[in-house]
Amino acid sequence: MTTPELELGLDTFGYITVDESGKPLSPDAVIRNYVEEAVFADSVGIDSFNIGEHYRPDFMDSAAHVMLAAIAGRTKRIRLGTAVTVLSTQDPVRVYTNYATLDAVSNGRAQLVVGRGSLTESFPLFGFDLADYEDLFEEKLDLLTRLLRDQPVTWSGKFRSPLVNQYVTPALPQGHIPTWVGVGGSPQSVVRAARFGLPLMLAVIGGPPGRFAPLVDLYKRALDAYGHAPLPIGMHSHGYVARTDQEAVDIQYPYWEETFEQAARERGWARPTMERFQAERASGSLYIGSAETVATKIAAMMRLLGLSRFDLAYATGRVPHQQRMATIELYGREVIPRVRELLANHPVPPISSRQPSTGVAAQPRV
Amino acid sequence: MSSAEAGERRLGIVGAGRVGTTIARAAVAAGYNVAISGSAAAERIALIVEVLAPGAQPLSTDEVVRHADLIVLAVPMHRFRELPHDLFAGKILIDAMNYWEEIDGADPELASAPAGTSVVVQEWFPSARVVKSLNHITYYKFDEDRRPQGVPGRVAMAAAGNDRAAVAAVMQLIDRLGFDAVDAGPLQAGRVLEPDGPVFGASYGADELSELLMPAASSA
Repeated sequence: MTTPELELGLDTFGYITVDESGKPLSPDAVIRNYVEEAVFADSVGIDSFNIGEHYRPDFMDSAAHVMLAAIAGRTKRIRLGTAVTVLSTQDPVRVYTNYATLDAVSNGRAQLVVGRGSLTESFPLFGFDLADYEDLFEEKLDLLTRLLRDQPVTWSGKFRSPLVNQYVTPALPQGHIPTWVGVGGSPQSVVRAARFGLPLMLAVIGGPPGRFAPLVDLYKRALDAYGHAPLPIGMHSHGYVARTDQEAVDIQYPYWEETFEQAARERGWARPTMERFQAERASGSLYIGSAETVATKIAAMMRLLGLSRFDLAYATGRVPHQQRMATIELYGREVIPRVRELLANHPVPPISSRQPSTGVAAQPRV
Repeated sequence: MSSAEAGERRLGIVGAGRVGTTIARAAVAAGYNVAISGSAAAERIALIVEVLAPGAQPLSTDEVVRHADLIVLAVPMHRFRELPHDLFAGKILIDAMNYWEEIDGADPELASAPAGTSVVVQEWFPSARVVKSLNHITYYKFDEDRRPQGVPGRVAMAAAGNDRAAVAAVMQLIDRLGFDAVDAGPLQAGRVLEPDGPVFGASYGADELSELLMPAASSA
């Protein structure tokens, strides 16, 4: 492959949204709205739609694969993934069957971002001990990559029964699903992604993106140390696109404030302020503004860090469905073409998760 | 080891995650001879240290403790009890940890900690001279906000501890790292530096920080 394959996607955590009068929608209506948003994203040229995994009253993304299957049935082109799958508290065999089936249903469009998760509500929910945080992720990533790369699998670990010469169906016709490791800034997690030979997805919710340059360097050095070829690197950050910068600020700020006010209460973070919001817009990790503002910022950041993927966690918080649809349209029709144009003269390194030599694609077909 | 008195700047850091490596980088830039350990063997963190904190030495935790009289503890809070009670005997131990229930799981002792989590840490390491510091600014601000002495707009960090000589040593470290140092009073007054407190996660100058800390320091 001689040209870089860029992926410009959308991520959602399935926030409970409000209607125009400010009243929260019912969970089932919220879930159907996200399916509509993904179908619309496909129609306006967005590369991927990726759903998180939480078990909280304000997030409806507890079963991403079911939503993604519904989306698959109504779309032809858009890639369908997770952001992130909390692998630590899932059975990798079940993750494999869910996403291999999604890959079949969608004709090869399934993808994964797996991580330890930054919120830990899934540990007590599924009966895991937070003290095993690291060991769980390590072991489950090992089993998942084996299932994706090289069946039949003979494997044993601490947290589930062993597998002996086991085939798990369905086999993947393309031999793989692109599987990225999502990290929040832990150097050990970056090195682990490199050790497993998996592409890296940086989840960045604040601060200047340039601060991740040392981690990008660490990832590249670690890939080399483990004898792997270069692999793609992506980033996930929050944002909102509107017709003008001011409109984007006016629509997004109240919901962003409300969301981070809650995070401040729960997690002890600094309280959100308009000053911080504007600072994050100007030089941090909020991609909020007109299409031109957002595209310029995305392209500059991708070039700075040498990224080939960017996922916009669009419309933070309870932003109503209609305004989500409006931002999806602008992202697909205006931001993405402009980012491609801006990067055309300064390409990022020519690597892609779709290359057979990258990700989990390197192994023999099953 | 009396290296501090001999004028050589030595710092040990236990924990090679994002906080430990960030402090290591800032300390190397400030001219410290830095040794750092992670939960894995020294060779497992060698690449991380080489890339993120070039100039620091990856060592075992025991070696890090021998390396310096001034030690930063920057492991995930739910793991500090894996370290032996007497590990830091006689050392100045900077508790840079924060308790996050969402990350560390429910820990009733740390969650209630009426005198703050650093008092719990001091009880675990009774022979260490615990100072609570380096915990209340966002970790990447160690890179972004450090400034030479006297530069207007310099950001401040606080230190709280019962051993006043230890607090003075930590304040000197803070200054050398590129921040104004504020004495936050005794160890239990350090509670005000924790998540949910009035200064956590924000960057303030020395005057503003002192003002925000004043009620806690005087009532403690």
